[in-house]
Amino acid sequence: MPAPTSAVPAPGLGGDARPRRPSSGSRARSRHRRLGGDLLAYALVAPAALFYAFFVLRPIVTSAQYSFYDWNGVSTATWVGFDNYVAVLSEPKLVGAILNAFELILYFSIVPVGLALVAANLIRSIAASRLATAARTVLFIPQVIPLVAAGIIWSWQLSSDGLVNQILRAVGLDAVTRAWLGDFGTALPAVGVIGAWVQVGLCLVLILSGMTRIDASLYEAARLDGAGPVREFFSITLPGVRQEIAICVTVTVISALASFDIIYVATQGGPGNRTLVPGLQIFYLAFFEREIGTASAFSIVLMALVIAVVLPLQRLLRGRES
Amino acid sequence: MIVSRREKIIGRTILVVLMLVTVLPFVSLFVTALHESGSYPQGIEWPETPHWENFVLAFQSADMFRLLGSSILIELGVVPAAVLLATLAGFGLGHLKPVGARAVFIVFILGLTLPFEGIITPLYFQIRDLGILNTRWAIILPLIGLFMPFAVTWMRANFATIPRELSEAARVDGASTWHLFWRIHIPLSVPAISSLAILLFLWTWNQFLLAIVLVADPAQRTMAGALGAFQGRYGTDIPLLCAGSLLILTPTLIVFLLFQRKFVSALLQGSLKG
Repeated sequence: MPAPTSAVPAPGLGGDARPRRPSSGSRARSRHRRLGGDLLAYALVAPAALFYAFFVLRPIVTSAQYSFYDWNGVSTATWVGFDNYVAVLSEPKLVGAILNAFELILYFSIVPVGLALVAANLIRSIAASRLATAARTVLFIPQVIPLVAAGIIWSWQLSSDGLVNQILRAVGLDAVTRAWLGDFGTALPAVGVIGAWVQVGLCLVLILSGMTRIDASLYEAARLDGAGPVREFFSITLPGVRQEIAICVTVTVISALASFDIIYVATQGGPGNRTLVPGLQIFYLAFFEREIGTASAFSIVLMALVIAVVLPLQRLLRGRES
Repeated sequence: MIVSRREKIIGRTILVVLMLVTVLPFVSLFVTALHESGSYPQGIEWPETPHWENFVLAFQSADMFRLLGSSILIELGVVPAAVLLATLAGFGLGHLKPVGARAVFIVFILGLTLPFEGIITPLYFQIRDLGILNTRWAIILPLIGLFMPFAVTWMRANFATIPRELSEAARVDGASTWHLFWRIHIPLSVPAISSLAILLFLWTWNQFLLAIVLVADPAQRTMAGALGAFQGRYGTDIPLLCAGSLLILTPTLIVFLLFQRKFVSALLQGSLKG
């Protein structure tokens, strides 16, 4: 195992700020024991913290440092101040990547969560049936396979000879058939279809499990009071699965902003940067164009974006619980 | 609950449609894999003569045995170590709760939403300077670190929910911290630990970005990384690409179908806490 065994405990905060537990021993002794316990606790936390600090926190700091330099990874770096950030937020190609990521939220998050919500509501009544149990397994398969595989499978389905066009031709819609991933107008939504296909199963199962926890007598009462299905949905179901929706939205929004695998195999960002996203742009900047500074500035912007979107979402969707 | 017949029929229909949408791409993949290598078949079209040998061909050109071996070695490097580190840290933060535990925990939580692309550039240079670029360690060591926010949060939540009375009773009986940990907390945490192991297994197996950036040789990568390379080489030969993709997917699907209950509940809980 690669873990450092002689872990140095992180420094405790010294002073004993917390309320003391009732203790039989003298004050000094309990303080001594407390300190010993803290040392032990930090010794246990240390290996995990070291790995995290070295392979996650340190790269974040280095990223921030690189982002102020012009560097090709080999020669000496030159300080450029905020130039890289200016580039990320003003160059049309780079801004375009950020905008694409936000458009992907529509397909990766809003569409699957909405679909899952409607579908879950309609199948609520048969949630315990054998068919629903089978569906739970089947709908989870896209969650288990690598995203790269989903990308490869769907690039074939969405190609000009693929299943999607075959079905369209079969119903007489020859006119709309095209190479969906190669068309400027449809490439991003087509990538979105792949993401939606991956996410909808997880959202459905999650929301459904929330719905089965809602007290059935609430529905009975609503029906006796003459509430229709729409009213029922908005006043009982929706508030009941609020927490699950919050989770689905958070997970899928992150998957949209940080998308990489699917697009890497399906379109490589094309046609003409139409499906370029921050993750892919960072990869190209760092490992093909050798613009380490710009890549790092973009990384910092991406991390900030994710936090800026996720934190308010958490507040909005979860905050008023408990 | 009052359920009309119509509601049941609508529900069944929707479920079947959703399942079809999920499964049809796999069917198309399978049928296409049976066409003659190098041909351009339609979406779903049974070939005149099924070319089963495509699977053999893909198996050889993808070097499946080496790929499997490589993925398993990476799993062995990541999962046990990450689970162990997270369990220790989770016990420390969730049960022992030293002074400042909250602050440390918040630092871990900060990493929960981190996109891997955010740190891949400096990570590349860091790994290069360690001299482990293009080895499996280049995937194993960073992944352990990257999994820590989730894994520690997960195990901390588990230890925090174990009733305090249980630990206090044991303390009164003179149990040492080690005894408390090993004899009381660990046995109660088996479900949480096994779910965590499943999730980490899956995320390691499917890890793509680290694999393609830090390891040039596909035979030293994870399954997902190897699949990317396979697409690069056989992208134009659609039947062969389909056969190869299916082969690369098969181990995951088998493991999933064998442990599906555990998988589904682990993934559900994982997203609940993540």
